[in-house]
Amino acid sequence: MVVRTKVNGEWLEAEVWPGTSLLGLLRDGLNLYGSKNACEQGECGSCSVWLDGQLVCSCLVLAAQAHERTVRTVEGLRDDGRLHPVQEAFVEAGAVQCGFCTPGFVVAVADLLQRDPDPSPATVREALSGNLCRCTGYQKILDAVNLAAARMRDRP
Amino acid sequence: MEVLLPRSLDEALTMKAERPEAIPLAGGTDVMVDMNFGRLRPPAIIDVSRLGELTSHREDNGKIYLGSGVTYATIVREMAAFKPLVQASRSVGSPQIRNRGTVGGNLGTASPAGDALPVLAAYDAEVVLRSRARGERSLPWQTFLVGPKKTAIAPDELIVGTSWRRVRGPGSFSKIGTRNAMVIAVAGLCLVVDEDQRRVRVALGSVGPVIIRASEAEENVSAALATAGSWDDPAKLLADQSIEEFAELVAAAARPLDDVRGTANYRRHGCKVLARRAISWALSERRMPSWL
Repeated sequence: MVVRTKVNGEWLEAEVWPGTSLLGLLRDGLNLYGSKNACEQGECGSCSVWLDGQLVCSCLVLAAQAHERTVRTVEGLRDDGRLHPVQEAFVEAGAVQCGFCTPGFVVAVADLLQRDPDPSPATVREALSGNLCRCTGYQKILDAVNLAAARMRDRP
Repeated sequence: MEVLLPRSLDEALTMKAERPEAIPLAGGTDVMVDMNFGRLRPPAIIDVSRLGELTSHREDNGKIYLGSGVTYATIVREMAAFKPLVQASRSVGSPQIRNRGTVGGNLGTASPAGDALPVLAAYDAEVVLRSRARGERSLPWQTFLVGPKKTAIAPDELIVGTSWRRVRGPGSFSKIGTRNAMVIAVAGLCLVVDEDQRRVRVALGSVGPVIIRASEAEENVSAALATAGSWDDPAKLLADQSIEEFAELVAAAARPLDDVRGTANYRRHGCKVLARRAISWALSERRMPSWL
């Protein structure tokens, strides 16, 4: 079937097997490899994207459910060639080791900070509870969240 | 495989009547896992996630109606008056999962570990089903949930919502698992105090083939509260022994199995601990009512 979706501001179409997930559509149909495929069961958050503005695991959305709807992926965070403040903060804080979970974390953190510019430590932990990192031990990721939050408050 | 994209509930019901083998898909948090792992290959899927008719909740004369497409994130945001339901909803998965997962999905999947289900059981909720041929019918939760992953739904029906009478009194949902997020409960418990009926209601999840109401424990503690004079005066305390008896009876009502998440013994012990905590929270809340 043909699925037509507005991805990062642009209407795109791809022919997919009807049982394909939105993650499959993004990676295999549209060659957007930023959203990672790890667990395929909503446990790890590596495939996090926005569907109509809501943070979701794209592996749990049927591609057809995104037909005629709006999707924003990690590729859509860069603005005019400049990294998003959350991406910058992850680089600076060293919140990346193997990097596989990073796109999902970046999307989840950006989602949190657009709703809550000054989150408490408990709020940050709850907001990131659906994203797994097996390298960093999370501390540098939490540092990156604080850094990004502070910067985004300073220059909104 | 064919994907059907109805634009209205009527259209969805027509499709379901014509293709009774089609599987309804809402948030995908159960169905898509089975699809991704090749365990499920239905001939057709009906996407019910864009049906606006299913995403509302309302209260009419003390009767609550919750659409099957309402997500856990929406419940947490909009239904603060229903504390046990909010607590259960907040314990579902992760933010990503709560943005997609629906109460209708918990009902349709009918896993004894569905977090919303003990709450609906404690509320004595009914499940509202609809078909094009026969219109709407409501089944009590225990008639609807007939076994592990088995429901009484007819092949041409869709789950459109659930409803219950508002209960005046405190209550809670709590569960046991290995961490605070992304946990399939090892044991879950909802306790609701019905001040008008002078009855404590307790439902258990993940400790049997279906959701279990601990009726004997309910009767026992409700009577103990009457004997203590606590229904009329919440300051009158329940004896520690009555609380202990209640916890024992709740644990005795469980019918747990050993599985990868925990042993039957551990689950039974968990029920006892959850029961003791839940009744203690409810009794202290009755003394300082925040639910009024």
